[in-house]
Amino acid sequence: MATGGDIPEVPARPDEGDRPRVGVDEWVASVEDRREERAGIAGLARRVDDVVPSWARLAAFGAVAASLPLWMDRGDLFAYGIFTLIYVLLGLGLNVVVGYAGLLDLGYVALFGFGAYFYALLSSEHYGIHWPSWVTFPVVVLSTALLGLVLGVPSRRLLGDYLAIVTLFFGQAFVVFVNAANPTVRGQGLTGGPNGIADIDANDLFGYELTTRRQQYWFILGVVLLVLTGLHFLSESRTGRAWRALREDPLAAEAMSIPVNRLKLMAFAFGAGIAGLTGCMFAAVLTAVTSGNFALPILITIYAVVILGGIGSLTGVVIGAIVINVSFQFLAPENPQDNARILFYAVVVLLLVIGIRPWWRLGAVLAGVLALGVVAHTVAEAVSPSWTAGAVVEGGRLSGVVSDWVIIPAGHDRFAPAAYIGLIVAILALTRIRGWWRTGLLIPTVYLSAIVWETSFVEQPAVARWILFGALLVFLMTVRPQGLLGTPRVEIV
Amino acid sequence: MGLPLAFNVELFTQLLVNGITLGSLYALIALGYSLVYGILKLLNFAHGDVYMIGAFAGYAALSLLGGPLSPNIALAPLIILMFLAAMIASGLLGVVIERFAYRPLRDAPRIAPLISALGVSFFLQNSALLLFGAQFRSYDSFVLGSKNPEFFEPGPLTDPLFVVKNVNIQLIQVIVLSTTVGLMVALTLLVAKTQLGKAMRATSYDREAAAMMGIDTDRVIASTFFIGSLLAGAAGVMFGLLFSQVFHFMGFLAGLKGFTAAVVGGIGSIPGAMLGGLLVGLAEAFAGGYLGGRWSDLTVFGILILVLLVRPSGLLGTPAIKKV
Repeated sequence: MATGGDIPEVPARPDEGDRPRVGVDEWVASVEDRREERAGIAGLARRVDDVVPSWARLAAFGAVAASLPLWMDRGDLFAYGIFTLIYVLLGLGLNVVVGYAGLLDLGYVALFGFGAYFYALLSSEHYGIHWPSWVTFPVVVLSTALLGLVLGVPSRRLLGDYLAIVTLFFGQAFVVFVNAANPTVRGQGLTGGPNGIADIDANDLFGYELTTRRQQYWFILGVVLLVLTGLHFLSESRTGRAWRALREDPLAAEAMSIPVNRLKLMAFAFGAGIAGLTGCMFAAVLTAVTSGNFALPILITIYAVVILGGIGSLTGVVIGAIVINVSFQFLAPENPQDNARILFYAVVVLLLVIGIRPWWRLGAVLAGVLALGVVAHTVAEAVSPSWTAGAVVEGGRLSGVVSDWVIIPAGHDRFAPAAYIGLIVAILALTRIRGWWRTGLLIPTVYLSAIVWETSFVEQPAVARWILFGALLVFLMTVRPQGLLGTPRVEIV
Repeated sequence: MGLPLAFNVELFTQLLVNGITLGSLYALIALGYSLVYGILKLLNFAHGDVYMIGAFAGYAALSLLGGPLSPNIALAPLIILMFLAAMIASGLLGVVIERFAYRPLRDAPRIAPLISALGVSFFLQNSALLLFGAQFRSYDSFVLGSKNPEFFEPGPLTDPLFVVKNVNIQLIQVIVLSTTVGLMVALTLLVAKTQLGKAMRATSYDREAAAMMGIDTDRVIASTFFIGSLLAGAAGVMFGLLFSQVFHFMGFLAGLKGFTAAVVGGIGSIPGAMLGGLLVGLAEAFAGGYLGGRWSDLTVFGILILVLLVRPSGLLGTPAIKKV
């Protein structure tokens, strides 16, 4: 990599580690960090992000996205196209609340659910109401925004953390209400209980029903482009600047006569409105809503989308949504295991390529992993054939290679959990050591991760993806809290 | 459903006993939130899952010692060993979480450790799902220590210890209550009398100043996490003994209620956490007894919202003063 070649080598900091350096101005002290910021893949992405104007980015995204239905089949378009757009919209809405205004809203997914349920009530057989979309959309969006406003009212008094927990309660209460309370209105349960509401009408454009996947996809894409444009202007506006001031320091913002409370409520209402809008299209595309679609795991996924791309960046949300949804769909239980396996090994190799700087060290690690696998497999087979007799989950070309390389014991119940815990310990240890020791430990860690994948994860891809998303949040927060494209925030004391 | 026509003293007393038992469990969880919040101003979302891991560690100890149906050792040392295993496992887990998920974020914007905590919580929940499966694991406290467990003869734990006018108090409730009181007294003494306690108070008052006075704040914070998580682990075993079932999702709701208890009592205050725990436990027991089970959770959340709106600093908390 030639990036950052003109920056001179910085001597190692004397107090390596993370103890607070009392008396050192943080802005000056973090000069190396800021230089590092510009190096590597993420730095490259940031520089590209800085150079390309926003209208060009929007046009490029729109053009590529619009061509998707031309070469994708219907199922893929549903899983990869429509769902990515839904996540883009959800991420954009959450980005207003978390990214612009800096309010940690953990009840966001309930607002999305409210929008979807409300749309379902207004256009389905449930009550026999079939309002056209040009009526339901404004009604649902405005009422969801109003609900967000009401939810935001306690935020005027609460510290950031209290707000988080109150909104988390709200999200929980929504699921309980929809599932268990299900009050009877006009002769039947309002929310349909655990069964949800089925037979929801498709969205329509002034009477023209959007029933095929292509039409739905293009419709949602149009909405996404509109929202992106709107948010771009909003974030550059007076209000957007005021939100960022509020995020950086509420007290200072208030002292500068920024109406803090009104802005907080506005952010809440705005994010909620986008969530409601997404809910309308989500319900119509799925044709049914159940409470399981609006529970904690989806919230974590939306947070992963926003944080991966970079809090506060529109381009970041789009990239985050693409990455998260594609890996999400690859790890879906109904997806062929071969795809998930290829994705896993590709991501591991990619991480190694990004993470290990001199190429010969990278080569040494890759060769070491391959050699270790062959040796370990041969030794294990020689000791006891049952150690390598476990069945490989079939799928594609890689399974043959895997069965000769990874140790998959038959009849050792404790092996898989032990390997999993061993992998966690190895990864944690990796973060603590440096230099050649680290390279040395990396080899068994990579091999161990292959074992864990083949013995535990491949059989339960749905659990595996939640584990990986949880780990991703922690990893991103500790390594790169600003995400791929976010602006690093400086706390000046 | 609905309020009973005549006031029933026996039902009331029974609910009071159950509520106090439940409350002591929540108080232990709340203490963990309170200690950590007091020192780091961090809301440790993963605390409920540490409690869940504690419950599983207790179950693992029980299984290693022969399982509930045929334990290798007598009942009293068995229960003590279960508590020890859970407390040590949870305590260490808490230290590891602090070291790897929170310490790198010590000087980051406040939202970063919260999101990291969310990730840890989700990670632990699903790791437990992967390792232990989705089915409930049972402590079988009903037959624990019984002479004929195969014939489901009740053991001493759930046998009514005293029966006063149809109100029955089980041995397990007495164990839970006395363990909680013991742990709380120990914690209070630790914070008030020892050098570590003094360092903890200093760090919570002003971390930077404490560091300048030569206190190793990182170590103090790690100890705080160890102590708080240890209490959660004990609570996990208590839950397993009281309700017999442990499962991977149990930490979420218990964590929310423990947090409610901490906030109601005044977050950062140790007596507040105890009081809050009792209040939440009693509220849940009485709402469950008089209004029906599905209202008990909503009542607890309602109390939280009410307290936050009326007295955000909690019953025993001191209002935070913002310094510029």
